[in-house]
This record gives sequence, C-alpha cells and structure tokens, in this order.
Amino acid sequence: MFMIKYVLRNLFRHKLRSILTVVGVAVAVLAFGLLRTLVGLWYSGAEHASATRLVTRNAISLIFPLPVSYLERIRGVPGVDSVSYGNWFGGIYIDEKHFFANYAIEPKTYLDLYPEFVLPAKERNDFFLDRKGCIAGARLAKLYGWKVGDLITLKGTIFPGQWEFVLRGVFHGAEKSTDDRALMFHWSYLNESMRKSAPRRADQVGFYVIGVKKPELAPEVALKVDALFKNSLAETLTETERAFQMGFVSMTEAIMVAIQIVSYMVIAIIMVVAANTMAMTARERIGEYATLKTLGFKSGHLGGLIFGESVSISLLGGAIGALATFPAAAWIETALAQYFPSFSVSVETILLELLAALVVGVVSGIFPTWRGSTIRIADGLRRIG
Amino acid sequence: MDAAAPPIVVIRNLTKSYRRGSQSIQVLSGINFDIARGEFVALMGPSGSGKSTLLNLIAGIDSADEGSIRIGEQEITRLSERELAHWRAGHVGFIFQFYNLIPVLTAYENVELPLLLTTLKRRERREHVEAVLSVVGLADRMDHYPSQLSGGQQQRVAIARAIVTDPEILVADEPTGDLDRVSAEEILQLMDRLVREFKKTVIMVTHDPRAAEKAHVIRHLEKGELSVT
Repeated sequence: MFMIKYVLRNLFRHKLRSILTVVGVAVAVLAFGLLRTLVGLWYSGAEHASATRLVTRNAISLIFPLPVSYLERIRGVPGVDSVSYGNWFGGIYIDEKHFFANYAIEPKTYLDLYPEFVLPAKERNDFFLDRKGCIAGARLAKLYGWKVGDLITLKGTIFPGQWEFVLRGVFHGAEKSTDDRALMFHWSYLNESMRKSAPRRADQVGFYVIGVKKPELAPEVALKVDALFKNSLAETLTETERAFQMGFVSMTEAIMVAIQIVSYMVIAIIMVVAANTMAMTARERIGEYATLKTLGFKSGHLGGLIFGESVSISLLGGAIGALATFPAAAWIETALAQYFPSFSVSVETILLELLAALVVGVVSGIFPTWRGSTIRIADGLRRIG
Repeated sequence: MDAAAPPIVVIRNLTKSYRRGSQSIQVLSGINFDIARGEFVALMGPSGSGKSTLLNLIAGIDSADEGSIRIGEQEITRLSERELAHWRAGHVGFIFQFYNLIPVLTAYENVELPLLLTTLKRRERREHVEAVLSVVGLADRMDHYPSQLSGGQQQRVAIARAIVTDPEILVADEPTGDLDRVSAEEILQLMDRLVREFKKTVIMVTHDPRAAEKAHVIRHLEKGELSVT
C-alpha cells in the first residue's frame, strides 16, 4: 500500500515530464494500434473467405480468360454444388481517383454463392430482370449518393467504351467486415457487347466461382477441375477463395511488412524515450535510493519503486492510446470509406497495444532499476547536497 | 554511560582504501577504537581524513578491506549485503547533513519509513511515529512535507526517523552542517537529550568545535589515524 502511494506521488513529481512521457506513449500506442489494424484489414478479405468456395482461373495468369463453355463441365464434377462466373471489368467512374471494384457476373448463381451480399428480394428480382441493371454496395452508393433507378456510367479500360448501367439494387454486407464497396452487373450484357465490337473476346470469362458441397471436398474438387482441362488451350488453376485472395495480398506483402516494421519501430522509439526519462529520473533520485538502502530497504524494494513508476507511466499512456484508437479508427473509417470496407479495431489489437505499453514500461525500467539497486550507499549519499 | 559495561563498538585493525583510477588511496590504516554504551563521540578531522568513511563502516553502509567491527554481539564485517541491510534497519539510526528526507512524503510518512520493514501493525506504527515526533517537538507538523519545514525542523524529522526503531546507535554525519546557529544548537541539545534520557550511543562526525563540545569524547582523525582528546 505504501509503495503504491510512493509510486503515485513520484509519478507527479515532475508533472511536465510525466505528462509528456504519458502523451508520447499514448501517441506511439495509438499509431501502433492503427497500423496493426490497417495490416489486419489487408488480410481480412482472405480471412473472411468462405471454405466452401473455390476460384478457377487461367493457369497462366488471371489476365488470360477461360471459355464460358467450361461451365457445364465444371458443374459435372462430383462434389460441386453450384458454379458461377464473371469478369473483372475495371471501369472508371468519373476519373481514376474514384476507384472501386466493378465486375460482370452471372447474377443468380453469383448471388446464391455469396449470401453475405444481402439484397432486398424486390431489388434482387429487378436486377435479374434488367440486362443493363447493376447493383452496388451500400457504402459505395452512400459515397456517391446513388439511389435505385440512377444511371451510372463507367468508362471501360479492359473493355473500351462508355458503359451505362441502371442501379437496380443496393446490397448490404451481412457482417461489418463484408466488403460492400463494389459494383456488379450482368455478364451477359458485357458478352453481348463483345460479340458486336470484339467477337474474339466474346464467350470468355475471367474466373469461375465454384461452390462445393462440403469444405473437406474442396482440395479434391480443385484437383478434379484442373485435371479436366489438362493439356487444353486454356488450362485452369483452381484454388480456395482464401488462397486466391492471398495471391492479391501477397502482391503487396512488402508494403505490409514495411508497415508492420514501422509499427514496431514506433514502439521501439518510444521505448528509448521512456527509458531515457526513467534513467534521468533514477539519476536524480540516486541519493534518495541510497537513503532508503541505508534505512534497510533492499534492492527489491527499489526495483518495485522504479518499475512501478515506469510501468505506471507506460500503462497510463497505453490506456489513453488504446482508448483513443476507437475514435481515431471511426474517423479513418469515415474519411477513407472508399479504401476500407471497415476500420474496426479488434480486441486483439487493443490487447497488443496494452502489451506494447507494458513492454515499454518494463524495458525502460530495467536500466534505472539496475543502477538504483546496485549503487553503493556511500556513493549514492555523496550525490546529495 | 556505564564504564564497567563492555563497549558497544569494538574496532580492531580497521583498514580501508579507495581506488582512484590506477591509484590506491589509503583512507584508514589500522584503526583500533572502542565506544562505550551510551557514549556521545565526536569524530573530527580535516576533509579527506577518513572520518565519514569510518562512520560509514561503523554504520554498515561501507565495507572494510581488513580488520573487524563488532557492534554489540554482532561482527558486522562478516555480514552479506542483505544481512547488513537487515541489521542496519534494527540497530542503527542515521542522521545526515542534508536530512535526506523523501520530498514526496510527509513528516509522518518519512518517520514511518523504517517501521515499514518491521512486522508492526499500522496502529502500532502510528503510536511509534507520534511518540518520536513528540520527542522532537514536531507532533503538530506531521502532515507537512519537507519543503514546508525549516532546515532545523527537517533535521528534527530526520532524527525522529533515526530513533523510531529504537536503535542502539545513532550515527550523525555533520548533523548541523547545513543549519544556522540557533537551529544547530537545538539539534545538538536534542542529540544530547537522546544520550542522557534515552541512553543512545551517538557517533557524530563534525567540523564544528561547538558541536563537538557536546560530546563526551572527541576523536581526531588525521591521515587515516586516530588520536583522543
């Protein structure tokens, strides 16, 4: 009890120094938490991938198409429940800065395979019936102020021309982490246009999505699908949805690793700053520690005092930083809505933040504790006066 | 002071040297010295004569190169750091030139510090602290922080802290060195009272002849060797 009282009073002995250190730790912990959340989000698409969905693409590269005629053969593979297909469209809305995912799909099978895209029955039906219709994610529709019935024009890049769509529905994500910032339209609309303007590009799809009956059948079905098209002009590569998405994530792996390194660097820097503060504090109080040792207090007592102060400052900063993570993440989610499906902070991130603060406190207390507890009493007493 | 009683401090062939760079500086050489129970001893000598070193060795806060120091029944040169810390807490009270009070603790809490190492309960500790603060005349200032007290008052708090565990020996290193004449006189009278009324043995290092006059015995240290006045 006494030690706690002593530690608390020492905390506010140099108010400005303590406040600056607490703020420093809070800012570092906040930055650490936000960077960790960003990295987590990058991988979240893959983590939320369904275990019962496979993606089939051209074995050479995703940019090479597959014939739509593969559909029935894939459907016939034992273990396959349903199959859909689509094309990455890559259309531009207004200009390149307004990027969002847009692709052509076979509507019914696709939406059946992705129950996480929740669409009112009427809008779903309207979309199915309108060949020029499209659906957009709620966040995307909100961002651009789109309403059902609005005309949306995309400038084609992979498929040249001005493409007009009528918004027939707005889907919501079944979960907060579901990416609802995409636009989808009828693959048949794209294909018919291709038949007219570029017949050699017609009847081709960019990918197939396969629904398997049970997750444990996925590896077997993937092998069977790829075996079907072995030695054909367009060999396939079938992998789980998670592996497919990880393929995209791995393209930016270096950036993510760099962000992770920066997040640890932030903690390392504040650790050095906090250690310096604690070293200064301990140096100023060497005479006091020597007095306590003279009175019979042992190294363990001094360690408790110094560690107590160091850990208290760090945990106070850590708690403030962790609490500030929520409003900061909410602000980022609003301000950068077009880049992130959601920017929600996980419990794991908060625990990591607090752990980082604890590590900062413990590490920054080691040297001062060692110094305070090993100083010869006579030398320490000489520092007073 | 009982002349027939065995001495409380017995020092034999005490030697102490310090290293400064590659040089070894002999501070104390072959000191032999007894202090009777209840005696008030003043150690005097020029700066660097080794008087503070001798005081530190008697108090168990420094270690000798050679020789023995027996305090009561305990040969303290054979104790480990941990054992010495435990021994100091129960047997020696310290009075420093600059009081060495903890600035964030009140007078009461400063005096209570040594008792935190004992098994006394909170209520018992309170009784002890209030009693010694009354002895030094600061019962009405127990909630004051050191910065709210004068130098003389701070030294009286330090004396209260030194006697709160009822040690046999009080060691004082220049206890009046930082005080004005009036405050210094008050402190010396208080120390004299501790010897007369409470039968404490006091060993005091001082430069001040007026302070030394209060002592029963004055020992001079010069170039590491003792002489008696």
